[in-house]
Amino acid sequence: MTPVLHAEGLRKTYQSFVALEGLDLSIPEGSIYGLLGPNGAGKTTFLRMVNQIIAPDSGHLRFQGQDMTPAHARQIGYLPEERGLYKKMKVGEQALYLAQLKGMDPKVAKTKLKEWFVRWELQSWWDKKVEELSKGQAQKIQFITTVLHEPKVLIFDEPFSGFDPVNATLIRDEMLRLHREGATILLSTHRMESVEELCSHIALLNHGKKVLDGRVQEIREAHRSNTYRLVFRGEAPTFQVPAGVQVSEASAHAGSGHQAVTVQAPEPMAGLLMQQLAPQCDPISFEEVLPSMNDIFIQSVQA
Amino acid sequence: MSPFTIVAQREFLSRVRKRTFLLMTLLGPLFFGALIVGPALLSEYTESPDQRLMVVDHSFLLVGTDHVGKAQLDYLNPEEFSEAQALEALKNRDEFDGLLYLPLSENADPDFILRNARLYNKNDVSLDIVGDLENHLASAATEEKLKMRGVDPAVVTQAQTQVNIRTMDLTDEGAEESAVGLKMAIGFGAGFFVYIFTFLYAAQIMRGVIEEKTSRIVEVIVSSVKPTQLMLGKILGIAAVGLLQFLIWVVLTGTILFAVSATGLLSPDAAELAANPGMASSPIPAEITGTLKALNLPLLVSSFLVYFLGGYLLYGALFAAVGAAVDSETDTQQFMLPLTMPLVLTFVLASSIVENPNGPLAFWLSVIPFSSPIAMMIRLPFGVPGLQLALSMGLLVLGFLFTTWLAGRIYRIGILSYGKKVTYGDLWKWIRMKP
Repeated sequence: MTPVLHAEGLRKTYQSFVALEGLDLSIPEGSIYGLLGPNGAGKTTFLRMVNQIIAPDSGHLRFQGQDMTPAHARQIGYLPEERGLYKKMKVGEQALYLAQLKGMDPKVAKTKLKEWFVRWELQSWWDKKVEELSKGQAQKIQFITTVLHEPKVLIFDEPFSGFDPVNATLIRDEMLRLHREGATILLSTHRMESVEELCSHIALLNHGKKVLDGRVQEIREAHRSNTYRLVFRGEAPTFQVPAGVQVSEASAHAGSGHQAVTVQAPEPMAGLLMQQLAPQCDPISFEEVLPSMNDIFIQSVQA
Repeated sequence: MSPFTIVAQREFLSRVRKRTFLLMTLLGPLFFGALIVGPALLSEYTESPDQRLMVVDHSFLLVGTDHVGKAQLDYLNPEEFSEAQALEALKNRDEFDGLLYLPLSENADPDFILRNARLYNKNDVSLDIVGDLENHLASAATEEKLKMRGVDPAVVTQAQTQVNIRTMDLTDEGAEESAVGLKMAIGFGAGFFVYIFTFLYAAQIMRGVIEEKTSRIVEVIVSSVKPTQLMLGKILGIAAVGLLQFLIWVVLTGTILFAVSATGLLSPDAAELAANPGMASSPIPAEITGTLKALNLPLLVSSFLVYFLGGYLLYGALFAAVGAAVDSETDTQQFMLPLTMPLVLTFVLASSIVENPNGPLAFWLSVIPFSSPIAMMIRLPFGVPGLQLALSMGLLVLGFLFTTWLAGRIYRIGILSYGKKVTYGDLWKWIRMKP
């Protein structure tokens, strides 16, 4: 399947600073794609290129197989990290203005906006000035204006920064709904928990280069470290284990309050360990501990 | 509608809907009227009161004169008062503002007397009075000199002739009355308007750009519109506001002038006219109406529009670049000086342009795009060769194309750069940077 966005050898320098150094990326259609990386990794530069705000020094960007042009930018909804609204402008008027800039017919835009405003209980704010809105309400308006023209690709740069937990959940649910309806979502974030929760694919950037990319589950599998967790009832016995296997001190299991040990093996041996350890205690569960995206992130960046 | 048009439309509508626009548009003509009439009224009502001077006149040059201009003269007997005694007397007498001392000359040489005349100030004698005294003493001295040479001053007065050459402009249609004063007034007025308009509206562009940057909406916008389109949309939207405001002012001022002239209030001798209704039918002097007819008004008005727009576009683009380069209005100072300098300098040189409207200074200032919008408007009423006008307008167009290009390069990078105090070096880097 043709990826919805395909980057090939993207390079961008600002004087002596190299923001992107030959970046190759393929964003599959219908995915929720997480773009990760520390500050200065080149995430925002890449997103600005996709939005045709800046051009690469070299390399290509393709949108659904075609060389990308400014016209394609209308099929994208972009919520940048640095986002805001005209403070003195009326809320409804401003939302209409942004919709028109995305090529929407004013009448259609107005109807759709009214629907969104009803859904998010913002109707009474239509004729108020933006400066009268609370921060959360302004963020809702920003989200609405990003997705209103029903773009094929939605790009969110740090979408949850500055959101309170209630609004963050609301936005997350909306993202998932739009994804179910067919949108491809490109998410740039530091929040690893949202990556694990939302993303089907990720790419990790560091110093303008791609460090790793692929399906989240596959990446976690690839980074498995043969670590297992055994949760059991009662006092911890002295476990007898095969050579090369290490068992940690027992501690309270965060979820259940029962005792748990972490077992570190030199190679995959879940079956063997289950067989050997289960009879030595009163077991509740035995599972493989896959590294979190946070661990992979830190490990890859430090490497 | 193209994104560019949508941007321009928003810029236009968001400004003309503001109450301040309505207020400025309605009060503008009153404000400019006040600017013209105000200084005259002010000097009328703040005229200095009479001042009293003690006079010790050893030479009897001022004899019989008790008032010179606004100075009342009180004479001390020169035989009783030396200069030092007179000064002592001045100190003790509060009602006097100063002392005029005219020394004795042994052979009654008026030049000697006046070279050694002294005015002692107690309560700052006004410059007007000093000038009046000098004039009066100069005439008295001349009269004395004539008498000493046996010439009757009355003969000299009779022999003096007042010359008033009527200046005429030779045009294709023949000779026409030339009114330098009126041309100067029109030239200065038009130049002043261009100056004010350029500053007023270019500053609006700059504030608009800063607002977009500080409110962080700019990145959302440039994901739909190219930065240059956004900048040009803003510049043209605000230009439309300026033109609309100007149009309303012209119509309003015209209506007010018409209404006032119809009621006869504009006439300098309204009372006289009222007393003699048959004396004149038009309240505006014939000389002025004649010159107004002689001036090429359509050329003046259309040139005004060209220079107003040209100057505004040229400076507007640069002001937009400044707005993009900074994070707040307080940071604009360092970039504003080189931008405002040419405008202010041209305005300061306005009187030199008027003195010699076809001289080299006037020519160069009126063809260089950074000064031509003001300088050419000052020159135009005096008549400017068509070729020079075309050259000036052509260069102005090239000028604003250049500044727009330059500003566009700074703008596209500047609007997305936050938090760093930008230097001229940074601007140079931005100009050279690939988009």
